Amino acid sequence: MKRINEFNEDHVVERYEQDEAPRYQFDLTRRGFVQILGAGLVVSMSGNSALASGEPLLSQNRSTKINERLHIGRDGIITIMTSKVEVGQGSRTEITQAAAEELKVSTDKIRLIMADTDLVPNDGGTHGSQTTPRTIPAVRSACAAAGILLMDIAAKNWNADRSKLVSGNGFISEPSSNRRISFGELAGMDEIAKSFDNAPGSDISVTPVNEWKVMGTTPSRVEGENIVNGTYQHPADILRPGMVYGKVLRPPAYNATLRSVDLGPARAMDGVTAVHDGNFVGVTAPTSHLAEQAVKAIEKTAQWDTEPHPSSKELFGYLKNNVSTGGGRGFRRRGGQNTGSIETGLNESTKTVKESYEIAYIQHVPMEPRAAVAEWNNGKVTVWTGTQHPFGVKNELVRAMRVSDENVRVIVPDTGGGFGGKHTGEVAIEAARLAREAGKPVSLRWSREEEFTWAYFRPAGLIETRSGIDDNGNIKAWEFINYNSGTSALATPYDIPNITTQFRACDSPLREGSYRGLAATANVFARESLMDELASAAGVNPFEFRLKHLDDGRLKDVLVKAAEDFDWENRSTLKRENRGVGLSCGIEKGSYTAACVEVEVDRKTGTIHVLDFLQTFECGAIINPDNLSAQVEGSIVMGLGAALWEEMQFENGKILNPTLRQYRVPRFKDVPPIEVVLIDRPDLPSSGAGETPIISVAPAIANAVFAATGVRVRSMPIKSDDLKTG
Amino acid sequence: MNPDKSDSTVALFAERSSERAKAIELTVNGRNVQVEEGRHRVLLQVLREELKLTGTKFGCGEGQCGACTVLIDGRAVRSCITPVAAARGKKVTTIEGLANNGMLSRVQQAFLDENAAQCGYCIPGMIMSATALLEKHPNPGAEQLREEMNGNVCRCNNFLKIEAAIYRAAGHGREGR
Ligand code: FES
Ligand code: FES
Repeated sequence: MKRINEFNEDHVVERYEQDEAPRYQFDLTRRGFVQILGAGLVVSMSGNSALASGEPLLSQNRSTKINERLHIGRDGIITIMTSKVEVGQGSRTEITQAAAEELKVSTDKIRLIMADTDLVPNDGGTHGSQTTPRTIPAVRSACAAAGILLMDIAAKNWNADRSKLVSGNGFISEPSSNRRISFGELAGMDEIAKSFDNAPGSDISVTPVNEWKVMGTTPSRVEGENIVNGTYQHPADILRPGMVYGKVLRPPAYNATLRSVDLGPARAMDGVTAVHDGNFVGVTAPTSHLAEQAVKAIEKTAQWDTEPHPSSKELFGYLKNNVSTGGGRGFRRRGGQNTGSIETGLNESTKTVKESYEIAYIQHVPMEPRAAVAEWNNGKVTVWTGTQHPFGVKNELVRAMRVSDENVRVIVPDTGGGFGGKHTGEVAIEAARLAREAGKPVSLRWSREEEFTWAYFRPAGLIETRSGIDDNGNIKAWEFINYNSGTSALATPYDIPNITTQFRACDSPLREGSYRGLAATANVFARESLMDELASAAGVNPFEFRLKHLDDGRLKDVLVKAAEDFDWENRSTLKRENRGVGLSCGIEKGSYTAACVEVEVDRKTGTIHVLDFLQTFECGAIINPDNLSAQVEGSIVMGLGAALWEEMQFENGKILNPTLRQYRVPRFKDVPPIEVVLIDRPDLPSSGAGETPIISVAPAIANAVFAATGVRVRSMPIKSDDLKTG
Repeated sequence: MNPDKSDSTVALFAERSSERAKAIELTVNGRNVQVEEGRHRVLLQVLREELKLTGTKFGCGEGQCGACTVLIDGRAVRSCITPVAAARGKKVTTIEGLANNGMLSRVQQAFLDENAAQCGYCIPGMIMSATALLEKHPNPGAEQLREEMNGNVCRCNNFLKIEAAIYRAAGHGREGR
């Protein structure tokens, strides 16, 4: 047995949205407390007083006690508790596998309670690809520790030689005597209750990879049957007795402030309640249609003051002119490098390149828009909502609703997509405020337009570079300044004597936050495009050029494998009109990726067709191969959208393309043949895979477009009138 | 269709019957349903809010994503842009009405077997569209499939697995991959 690998604890996740001021300042005190209706909450488990009374842990760093992590029922069903959420990345199934592996039971003996702040320990939010490297080890240690304690106590009770006992299928047995006892029976004993009230020891061994039976396989998807029969409930589907539907009045533009509004027309409608509190105006009604009508009625009476707001056309100049001076964003200074002297490097260069790259704002567009159901009972609010950060949303509710910590419960049903977009709790707060007013449970779901306008965006960015090569094709200087988009993958992995990489925070015109892969997408796009430009200046094949400047063995491995499997050597020398191949590589979140792509450009319309896409991906030991390939495929196709079409257009404080008709996302017809090559490294710890595969997509395409047309497009999305000759 | 529901009539708004201006009658998963006019704008709202059939999802409200797809008389329609009155007298089938006595339909089973879901939010709409597609073209070619399914978006971008599930339901292997 080998010790589970330790993971880097100081991995700080870049999350711009966490710097934000609260959305709403309610003036709750001047209202009397509304009579709260509704039935008692169903608590999905009972009989564990430690759970009911235990203060939720505030930090993942404090060790979670075994009884906070798992509960064994008399029937032998093992319940695992975690604050992680399932947003489609397969964590429910992977955590189930991990628990089944360590307790040596089949997966159908495992139940998961995910993200119910009254019941689960705080493992942090679901972001930054941390579920695999951190939560799964935590679950494994707790389960392994529980397995050992069950065995200890069985041995003690039987007065048996512990080393002669075996565990399997939820029983401890002694083959020599045919004695056996179930986990359920053991769990009823006081000794177990006592021993589970401790954190697992730091010396707990977990099952080594070569003995895995459940992990490393693809079991059928937990909840799979409910997904296909229509009974799987996402947050928008939660039904509560007496529930009504909410709708919020939105400002007509960013920076608009409400001068006055008349709630009368809404209040005159049957069954409608309306509230105006600070900058919040909303209604509830028996159906969502009536709620919409009520908002329309008061919208007509609303008077707003507006302020000028920059447009997307002038965005990049605006960012450069609005570098923020304020501090307090320590994580934003990470990733900067300073080696040697750029001026010296440029002087030693025989060819220099000075280029800048532009990356647009985009939206996450999860299929399920933000949704919440809120219900008050005796001064306590329970909110079912789709968020990646249940304890964070709980804190937001505590502050906004001015109630104590015990009086807020957040439950996150499996959510219809997040992609880094659902870290905050605005919809939860809105639903809670409306429910308090209505005295009934309220269901609130944002429209697609609200989602496109009022959710936070992936940051836009401007990246300015200066670089140079000498006569031997060695890069001598690398200056890389990122305005606004962030620090992920800002550092270059290439071996260069003179490097400056720097991030400059700006006053963003749009509200910003996380996105799958964060700033790594922008930084890798610019870096890998620039590597191609330098290779072309040096007259060297871009694959050779990269290898020559690479020391990192794992990155080299994925790059070489991609080139081999794609037949790069041959395909990169073929000359076909308007067709070309491109490649890129990168590291992020401890995972390694390289991509090769072939494109054809229609020069009449400037349309880029991706003909063929290959990606190699390595993230340590593979836990669930099918789920991993789904994550990688999903990332690649998502990356196509951001590479080719997606960008927010805005003017006068309004989003100009807030619908799926205007904002193009990938569809069936857009999906090219994709080959995913997974490299399994059982000797290395598993890292997350939901994000990193996205980073190599856009630069590989931009490089292929250059190979096909000789036109270098330095923007994401990759589009340019220069691609049109007709 | 679930036979035990077939003959029950559900009056949604029995109260205030005297002043019930107009009721729209339709059949949903084999049961007769009456809906008060004006209370809802589109069919999706009737299904989700009145009948509590939350398997049919809202994705865009503009006919662009397919999450709300149901069958009306066997044809796939976007319930988010279908006025309630357009379903008058029609037979509506939702994802909850596909299984027969708990036996999943061929398409549902294929989606399950292919592990075609990530977050699962688009899946009911995908299954309904695929059901209508295979009804029309039991053996769709790659282009036909993509043409017919192009109105259904999966933001988890699990298109290849969904495609594989549809091929499996059609009775062939992972064509087009
Ligand atoms: S919700 Fe109906 S098509 Fe999108
Ligand atoms: S599985 Fe998440 S949207 Fe399709």
